[in-house]
Amino acid sequence: MEKTENEAKKWDLIIEPKRQLLDLRLSELWKYRDLIALFVRRDFVAAYKQTILGPLWYLIQPLLTTIIFTFIFGQVAALPTDGLPQFLFYMSGNILWAYFADCLTKTSNTFVANTNLFGKVYFPRMAVPVSILISNLITFAMQFVFFLLFVGYFALRGSEIHPNLWILAFPLLLLIMAGLGLGLGILISAMTTKYRDLRFLVSFGVTLLMYATPVIYPASSVPAQYQTIIHLNPVTSIIETFRYGFLGSGTVNPWGLVYSFIFMVVIVVIGSIVFNRVEATFMDTI
Amino acid sequence: MSDPIISVENLSKKYRLGQIGTGTLSNDLKVWWALKRGLPNPMLKIGQEDHGNQTDGYIWALREVSFSVQPGEVLGIIGRNGAGKSTLLKILSRVTAPTTGRVKVRGRIASLLEVGTGFHPELTGRENIYLNGAILGMTKQEIDRKFDEIVDFAEIEQFIETPVKRYSSGMYVRLAFSVAAHLESEILLVDEVLAVGDLEFQKKCIGKMGDIASEEGRTVLFVSHNMVSVRRLCERGILLNAGVIETMGPIDDTLNQYMSIKEKTQLQDLASRTDRSGNGRLRFTGIEVLDESKIKYNVKLGSPTTIFIKYQGTAPLRNVRISLSIVNQYGERLNWLCNDFSGQPFQDLPEKGTIRVDFPRFPYMPGSYAIGVQALVGRDLADKVPNATVFQVHAGDFYDSGMNPPAKSGSVLVPHTWSVQAEE
Repeated sequence: MEKTENEAKKWDLIIEPKRQLLDLRLSELWKYRDLIALFVRRDFVAAYKQTILGPLWYLIQPLLTTIIFTFIFGQVAALPTDGLPQFLFYMSGNILWAYFADCLTKTSNTFVANTNLFGKVYFPRMAVPVSILISNLITFAMQFVFFLLFVGYFALRGSEIHPNLWILAFPLLLLIMAGLGLGLGILISAMTTKYRDLRFLVSFGVTLLMYATPVIYPASSVPAQYQTIIHLNPVTSIIETFRYGFLGSGTVNPWGLVYSFIFMVVIVVIGSIVFNRVEATFMDTI
Repeated sequence: MSDPIISVENLSKKYRLGQIGTGTLSNDLKVWWALKRGLPNPMLKIGQEDHGNQTDGYIWALREVSFSVQPGEVLGIIGRNGAGKSTLLKILSRVTAPTTGRVKVRGRIASLLEVGTGFHPELTGRENIYLNGAILGMTKQEIDRKFDEIVDFAEIEQFIETPVKRYSSGMYVRLAFSVAAHLESEILLVDEVLAVGDLEFQKKCIGKMGDIASEEGRTVLFVSHNMVSVRRLCERGILLNAGVIETMGPIDDTLNQYMSIKEKTQLQDLASRTDRSGNGRLRFTGIEVLDESKIKYNVKLGSPTTIFIKYQGTAPLRNVRISLSIVNQYGERLNWLCNDFSGQPFQDLPEKGTIRVDFPRFPYMPGSYAIGVQALVGRDLADKVPNATVFQVHAGDFYDSGMNPPAKSGSVLVPHTWSVQAEE
């Protein structure tokens, strides 16, 4: 016993074939926090270099999408919006969904997009998905402030908006959303090292999934026999609760939130385990 | 003897040959379905080359490798392509995990496997220094402290705020090497980085590597094909061959052993090599490079040197043109020499013989070179072997000036004289 303790003290690093199932080495990730910060910075700086409007694109994207949604789904298809101003209804769904979708698609590409880098140097691979999560969070924060401005504008014009205490659930909603994006993303990224098929699945699967989520329609407008199915989607309760808290109409289902939370925890744990396993030897298979 | 800083114990690494799976789910299902019906695997490659270290579709890139490294030591790792050098460095740098065995390390390891990894073209030099430094494991404070040194060493002060996509390739490499060379790690892994940049900067890099080891007392593991820089930098060497340690000891012994292995395969094999083209009316059977020292494949710059090319023809041949290409270690062809160009055509060539190419003063600067040979009989290509052999050139007094020509002289030296004539 004493001998092994001495051994451990003497060496700073021991490279071995297999690692523990749940040894996520979060402390190591913390040591590389500067790297994560620089990745986030790189994503922002590099994305809009040589563009005229620069970071304004972060606001133009959701604005244009919302306008198109309002026109197509609101005016042409005339889908119900639970009595909310159509613009706010679509914008709230849109920015939340974009956050989830971006986290998912970008993290799911972690290994394939960084093969070159991962093949040359070691750093905790988790730094890449975590940095993606953070840079998307910053993007979302900008869009969220933008959204609040519109809420204020519509409130001043006397629209039927009733923010309530469910607003306090917002950080939790964000956490679940981020966790779902991260968990699914790293799970898929680990699996794409072997099967590239999943990349195609992700790119159009995310688009299709949006239609199975109350982004462009309220959950209340779904026929009764499909209610269970739509609520099996863990994102449903998040978007519904978000709308209810900030805009005051729609439905809130506390059990739905509990379900989403548990779903998120499970997917993050599974994702981390698989990611962790693949991380050690993915260079041999990619 | 103090405690080792790196201890490698029975390290092995197994790779599966070919692709792992087939890359897509549908192909994997096809394979599964074919095997299930007792048919051969439809995705398997036919007639893969046998390297001798593979069994049942697996290849042992490393087998039971054990060694230890003392603090402050510069260890050279040499071996032919596929000997396992890069795999060893990959395991040490934790890019991939070993199959069995383990490595114990004291202190931090930084690797310089290929310079410039993680550079983003849109970011400026300054931003890339921080990003690259962080990727290599430095904290922000460390980079702050080293920033000026890095910029100085790379000689890019004026361009520090320019996106690196506007850099010349030389500037890019200099910056990348500079960041890596300023890492504050106890152990540095280097793989072939010196094969980039201009000669001047290469010299600076080698000098820096020497400083890292001798002055800063850091440990360096160095993998290179450039025997000259390996000899200059390393005290001890490990020779890997087919995944096992062939020799381990003082660098000169290791290099000699390496040369003799290389010589054996190169000399004996030229006749039986298959990486050749041509109709076979003439075949090259051996090639040797010798200077006055009579040590094969080791030539001193400026000394009288002969390249001997042995051949075997199907019959006495008429109108034969033999050419030699001299290629440096970066793959650049420096010269294309042909008996036709020099006005000495072989009108009648015996069936079997040795062709001599004499250089009164060997003009190629120190380094590692490959020779490609080609024979035309009449207008038809008879034989062509691109990398027939490899040889080393060592420093020498080309101009009889009492000193070695400086690196900036160029790649090939030209005999010439200077004089002055007074004018009325």
